Amino acid sequence: MKNKREGKVIFSPYERGDAVKKVVAISREDVLFELRESILKGRGGAGFPTATKWTLVSAAISDEKFVVCNADEGEPGTFKDRILLLEYPELIFDGMVVAGYTIGAKKGIVYLRGEYEYMLKSLEDYLGEMRKDNLLGENICGKIGFNFDITIRLGSGAYVCGEETALIESLEGNRGEARNRPPYPVNTGYLGKPTTVNNVETFAAVSHIITKGGSWFAKFGTDKSTGAKLFSVSGDCEKPGVYELPWGTTINELLEIVGAKNTKAVQVGGASGICIPKSQFNRKLGYEDAATGGSIIIFNESRNMLHILKNFMEFFVEESCGQCTPCRIGNVKLLEGIEMIENNNYTFSYLNHLKELGKTMQVASKCGLGQSSPNAFLSILENFKDEIFNNGGNNGK
Amino acid sequence: MESRSNFRTPVSQQAHVIEKPKDTSTIGGMVAIEINEKKVSVPFGTTILEACKMNGISVPTLCHHEDLCVAGVCRICVVEVEGMKTLQASCAFPITNPIKIKTSSPMVRKARRHVIDLLLSEHYGECYSCFRNGKCELQNLAKEYGVDNYTFGHVTKPRYEIDNSSYSVIRDMSKCILCKRCVRTCIDLQEVGVLEAVNRGHETKISTFLDKPLLDVICINCGQCINRCPTAALRANDPSDEIWAAIDDPTKHVVIQTAPSPRAAICEEFGMEPGHSLTKELNTALRRIGFDKVFDTNTTADLTIIEEGTELILRLYKAIVKKESVALPQFTSCSPGWVKFLEHYYPEYIDNLSSAKSPQQMFGALIKTFYAKKAGIDPENIVSVAVMPCSAKKFECNRPEMNSSGYKDVDYGLTTRELARMIKEAGINLPEMPKSDFDSPFGEASGAGLIFGATGGVMEAAIRTVYEFITGNKIEDAFEKAEVKPVRGFEGIRYVELPLGEKFGPVPDILKHFIPNWDWLKGVTLKVAVAHGTANAKKIMDDIKAGGKFSECHFIEFMACPGGCLGGGGQPIPTTPEIRKKRAEAIYAEDESLEIRKAHENPNVVKLYEEFLTDGPCGHISHKLLHTHYTKRGRYIA
Ligand SMILES: Cc1cc2nc3c(=O)[nH]c(=O)nc-3n(C[C@H](O)[C@H](O)[C@H](O)COP(=O)(O)O)c2cc1C
Ligand code: SF4
Ligand code: SF4
Ligand code: SF4
Ligand code: FES
Repeated sequence: MKNKREGKVIFSPYERGDAVKKVVAISREDVLFELRESILKGRGGAGFPTATKWTLVSAAISDEKFVVCNADEGEPGTFKDRILLLEYPELIFDGMVVAGYTIGAKKGIVYLRGEYEYMLKSLEDYLGEMRKDNLLGENICGKIGFNFDITIRLGSGAYVCGEETALIESLEGNRGEARNRPPYPVNTGYLGKPTTVNNVETFAAVSHIITKGGSWFAKFGTDKSTGAKLFSVSGDCEKPGVYELPWGTTINELLEIVGAKNTKAVQVGGASGICIPKSQFNRKLGYEDAATGGSIIIFNESRNMLHILKNFMEFFVEESCGQCTPCRIGNVKLLEGIEMIENNNYTFSYLNHLKELGKTMQVASKCGLGQSSPNAFLSILENFKDEIFNNGGNNGK
Repeated sequence: MESRSNFRTPVSQQAHVIEKPKDTSTIGGMVAIEINEKKVSVPFGTTILEACKMNGISVPTLCHHEDLCVAGVCRICVVEVEGMKTLQASCAFPITNPIKIKTSSPMVRKARRHVIDLLLSEHYGECYSCFRNGKCELQNLAKEYGVDNYTFGHVTKPRYEIDNSSYSVIRDMSKCILCKRCVRTCIDLQEVGVLEAVNRGHETKISTFLDKPLLDVICINCGQCINRCPTAALRANDPSDEIWAAIDDPTKHVVIQTAPSPRAAICEEFGMEPGHSLTKELNTALRRIGFDKVFDTNTTADLTIIEEGTELILRLYKAIVKKESVALPQFTSCSPGWVKFLEHYYPEYIDNLSSAKSPQQMFGALIKTFYAKKAGIDPENIVSVAVMPCSAKKFECNRPEMNSSGYKDVDYGLTTRELARMIKEAGINLPEMPKSDFDSPFGEASGAGLIFGATGGVMEAAIRTVYEFITGNKIEDAFEKAEVKPVRGFEGIRYVELPLGEKFGPVPDILKHFIPNWDWLKGVTLKVAVAHGTANAKKIMDDIKAGGKFSECHFIEFMACPGGCLGGGGQPIPTTPEIRKKRAEAIYAEDESLEIRKAHENPNVVKLYEEFLTDGPCGHISHKLLHTHYTKRGRYIA
């Protein structure tokens, strides 16, 4: 079932257990050292340095700690975690074992997107094999006292449950709602215990870093965005799919690779990302420029940007957890604004109010959902104002 | 901040508590921060909001409430913290490192204004036709932030139907701003859990189980949610129109009884600081409004003590001497919220509830029998109103069994807030009223009945009487100034042991036909407990179920509301621990100022037994009029 995928980093050769066998022979400090060398940043979207997160969890004093793998993959246009889960489970699970070793956790939990239920059986089987090989369980790979096991829990379909604290709430059996921070999950995570939540791909990267070294990883990509990244490419192109590319690849280069023609806009980072117009296609993919958790959606000239924007906003109105004011009501107001433009019944002064509101939502919402939901609104209205407002010259009052 | 570990609220609605050091002089005990460029230092773990307050800087709040865990959802309290990309909710941000805070930067002010504008855009109704006009936290904020137009529009149609099924609490969710204070109140403070947010995004709303009417779910009518709602989304079921109509009807004789807690709190509705009892001013105001007679609920509180105390002594006698199986500990029954809580959650314990009615209902039964006869008025034409601190009293007076006079014993339960409005409507400024006394034949009551208003009060009143009955000594010999301090205070649960000693007095006349002497109590230590807020009640009940120390108690006072009646669901809004403390002080001060402070010394009560309740406490007449029974409701909804 394994396709041969091309890539120098994530898709580079790896055998199950490589990282685990290596890690039990070195100290926690050594693991953290390699991670620091690698400058690995979280692949879930926020880009938080993994070494820092793990250092914090390992420094937290507690009788119990947890490793959580965020496999909720809910961002529209993202499907790279699915490929990893289906084709490279060894990378993910080994990475989780490494995390358990490093932070001193005995338990790992995979929070699997509800729609991925069909993978559950094969993943469980895989864990069974790992237990047989003593890659999980007690005294892993002969390391006395290193006990770690992984369970898989199914999510139930809310986008916000991908947000790490809402995910933890969901794991605890509550409504999927983001928690107040600080303090952060590194101190008060699952069941109030220190917890590291990491993206599927982050764990996969860790497995490679442990086997091949942090400095090897840092050779790829740019100074601030090291390594390579999986991109889920969809939309108007000949070859949609998952690609491993080094960070720093420009949008133009990517469009070339996937066979996109007549491209008008590229949505980088999914619904919560930003929409980049043709004039900026020389921008680089990376944390320092066009950041993304992996979602790349390509729109060609035939697409109506207002419709695209409306789609995104409908998504957020629907997916907001509804607890905080800016996101619960703000998204509705932004959507209404789009409908006003559609119906040619708007004033620029009101749209300016909405833009200001969008900026407030970015800073005043409780979690990343509300903080990023206005991105599309702000970037599309700004970058495509000619298309949206020069509709025969009679829009706007 | 107290430990949150006992709360059931999901963590998403809590600030994780960072424990503050006990001794802030230790290294790291204090954190040096800057607020608006002023250098201050605060204990480790203090929230930004608390730090601002400590330094005289005001930060607006909506979802925050002193009694509740932190939600951090309204986002009105956001501030700028240097180095952080986003604004931070000051109510939910514990300070653990030296940060620099700005509480009123342009970004902060804009965000707050946006939050208000967004909430207003969805908040149905106009302020001038709203009963919270002038007392609504949303309205106040709009005023403070100079809102002069609806930036993002304003709904013109209600979104939800009003739920007025309950006798006590009306829910108008079109006015709800989703601060979840009611949810946290019902779950955390009361451990009832009737309310929860359902749905997602813009469809989110506060709902009951399966969206059933409040009357049909296990709501105990405590009204604590009303007291903590910042808007008019929750309110009590107001009978003042019917009461006005009765007053205006010349054929009706309208009497009113006033409970001690409203008297100690109504000043707050007239712009006074909390903590002043306006008992006698209220008497005058009520007569001016048009009530025909004004009675003191404390009279029947005194009566409750005699009845409930006798019942306790009888239970103990049966258990100790006759070796009969009787339900012990005996539970107080004067808090209708607590009674319904027990009926739902611990129905197997209804025999432990004292069968004595609450003071309100005892009075109701006496007014339409004893008083009607004495005054020569057809009870048919008497309209009996009770001013209570409580929304559950509205439910209680509508319980089908509460008609032992042959009529509905109490026609209307009126809350402190509703009465204040009636007084204002009549153009009366209560604090300026001259003082006047209660009407005969009941007159003034004792301080024992009065302190029923504070948590521990019923227990203290009972101890004052039972102790004197049994030992024959003065309570003052055991407790200075008759203040039974161990049962006072605001600790959620209090437990007290009272050794009865070896020397007993004569059996008082009214008890002589039940028991020959007190010798059977030799060596017995009376064990009592007090709990307020049903979350605390639950702890005791679970302990009893598990056979813990509270199962050994003889008598336990339970009040549904935090603080007791003075914190009742009909009391002035806002409510905070500080305000409740002030109300308690007012009540205890009034008690201290009274000549008669023991129920059994109330001459009007003594006379009642002589003239009317002639076969004594727990006798036939008393059983018919002053005692009741309960319903096993269970916790499942049909
Ligand atoms: C609304 C929202 C949805 C998210 N969904 C996901 C997701 O599906 N998968 C994921 O790995 N991270 C998601 N995140 C990011 C997580 O909160 C978190 O930052 C991430 O799991 C941390 O892992 P990393 O450090 O390995 O990136 C989401 C964040 C937000 C605000
Ligand atoms: S920002 Fe949106 S999703 Fe996040 S807590 Fe607020 S309402 Fe919920
Ligand atoms: S009245 Fe009391 S029990 Fe009923 S919903 Fe309100 S807080 Fe809950
Ligand atoms: S009903 Fe009142 S207390 Fe409850 S969430 Fe709505 S506004 Fe807040
Ligand atoms: S008062 Fe702080 S978020 Fe509501």
